Amino acid sequence: MSSHSSVLGAGSASAGGVSGLAESVSGVKQPEPPKDRMRAQRFQDALFHQLTRFFAFSVLAILAAILGSLLYGAWPAIKEFGFGFPFSSEWNPVTDKFGGLISVYGTLSTSVIALVVAIPVSFGIAVFLTELCPPALRSPLGIAVELLAAVPSIIYGMWGLFVFAPLFADYVQPALSMTLGNIPFLGSLFQGPKNGIGILSAGLILAVMVIPFIASVMRDVFEVVPGILKESAYGLGATTWEVVWNVVLPYTRVGVIGGVMLGLGRALGETMAVTFVIGNAHRISPSLYEAGNSIASTLANEFAEAASDLHVASLIELGLILFFVTFVVLALSKLLLMRLGRMEGEKT
Amino acid sequence: MQSSAVTKRDMSFSQLRGEQMSQATGSEQTPKIRIRNLDFFYGSFQGLKHINLDIHEGMVTAFIGPSGCGKSTLLRTLNRMYDLYPGQRATGEILLNGKNVLDPDQDVNALRAKVGMVFQKPTPFPMSIYENIAFGVRLYESLSRADMDNRVEWALRKAALWDEVKGKLNQSGLSLSGGQQQRLCIARGVAVKPEVLLLDEPTSALDPISTAKVEELVHELKSEYTIAIVTHNMQQAARVSDYTAYMYLGELVEFGLTDEIFIKPKRKETEDYITGRFG
Repeated sequence: MSSHSSVLGAGSASAGGVSGLAESVSGVKQPEPPKDRMRAQRFQDALFHQLTRFFAFSVLAILAAILGSLLYGAWPAIKEFGFGFPFSSEWNPVTDKFGGLISVYGTLSTSVIALVVAIPVSFGIAVFLTELCPPALRSPLGIAVELLAAVPSIIYGMWGLFVFAPLFADYVQPALSMTLGNIPFLGSLFQGPKNGIGILSAGLILAVMVIPFIASVMRDVFEVVPGILKESAYGLGATTWEVVWNVVLPYTRVGVIGGVMLGLGRALGETMAVTFVIGNAHRISPSLYEAGNSIASTLANEFAEAASDLHVASLIELGLILFFVTFVVLALSKLLLMRLGRMEGEKT
Repeated sequence: MQSSAVTKRDMSFSQLRGEQMSQATGSEQTPKIRIRNLDFFYGSFQGLKHINLDIHEGMVTAFIGPSGCGKSTLLRTLNRMYDLYPGQRATGEILLNGKNVLDPDQDVNALRAKVGMVFQKPTPFPMSIYENIAFGVRLYESLSRADMDNRVEWALRKAALWDEVKGKLNQSGLSLSGGQQQRLCIARGVAVKPEVLLLDEPTSALDPISTAKVEELVHELKSEYTIAIVTHNMQQAARVSDYTAYMYLGELVEFGLTDEIFIKPKRKETEDYITGRFG
């Protein structure tokens, strides 16, 4: 900026002979000794530069610190159980034998169920809000979806345990058993104790919790699709569905996948609501009706009563695994985006 | 300055006249599209007032007029594009092949497949060049792979784009230049074999060379399609069209053979506009 003003000053000084006004303007500007101001500005810029860099790098530092302390805390368990830890289904505080498989399975299966349910529903919400909804309804519905995201997870947990679970046990679980339960192989997923608590319930509660995240991101990115692009597809005789599926979705895929990842991130780490409805049993079974445990619910339940050091270390190692899973999911989404970009056709 | 403009126009007319006369005699009986008492409303604002107009088969009809005069609006009623937006409605009659397209029971998607549209800005879909063409065709026809290949080539040839893209059909439609993208959009519109092609300022975002190519294209396409074109460029209207409609403030001021509109307009307003004394 300072160099700019000096260039201007020089320009007006050379033109100054022509008009008296220009001379008077340059006359005001010229005598300023720019040295001090320049030094002050340079200092300000440098300070600003350093400050923003400090903030940005502090994120890295915090990340490294968390990773380091997790590794440090989990070290006894890593030494004791080695690489077999994530694949062992044993979890016995009495004999001090621990493995992470049950919790990892619980976390992944509830998250997958949540996404399987939430993605189509969110897509529907977003399409309705952007393409089909009468304008008068658009804003109230949009706000309602966002409010759903603001409900504290403990409320979801209590609602899930006291309201959702009994209804689910009485009506939905028997119906699912009678229909989906008869499919060969997959059927066993929907057989088992019908008490409304377990992996499936936790997954469905999670779905309700992540829908507002995914839906509002999808709605926001659908809204930025140029109207003229949609009109060109409608102009060929495409239906709303064909326009959304073939034009809007490819156009917005980066944002859509970002929204899904946001939802998945929440589902993987959600603790309170899941702890309420997952049943907290260290079992792994083919049925989604059975009680289970997720990484987050295990941590929430057992930290306070962990007696041995190895137990504590094992819990911390579970935390490390959750960290790792989230990282892998993020990396996979980046890969998926690159793959999709290639499918669209090369760009020169 | 004005006299030179007139001689330029006269030249293009004399070129046009020969073929125009031969066609005009053949297709006077029934117009492809007959617009009767058309009113159009954006909410409470009336965008079109009592439009009566015939669009003839195998001819190019140009709509000229200052910005906001309703020419794009008129075009968008012909394929009911306005249906997408709540609060916009049209009353009156638009008879396409004798059937009123404003009827509530008109299948809008089928109508739009019959009445294709190309917009001011090129709008390639986020897909490969091949898919850009095939997308629209697949909506209404199920062709074998070989037939689809042929159709894509045919459409790209029609749009004078084939030689430029034949080696890179798998590349993104967005990788083409602006003029190529617009011709891709025209190819996309032609590929579904519509009866009418609506061009909404198709060259307003293009350089002169691309513009010339698109105009040439319009000239070639009119033997098979009925074309309606909105343009801000009066030379363009004079060059490409057989009929011209001058619109102002939502009303059709004058409509007739392009020759007559440009050489001896009946209305003072039209003359003022085309000679540049107004607007």
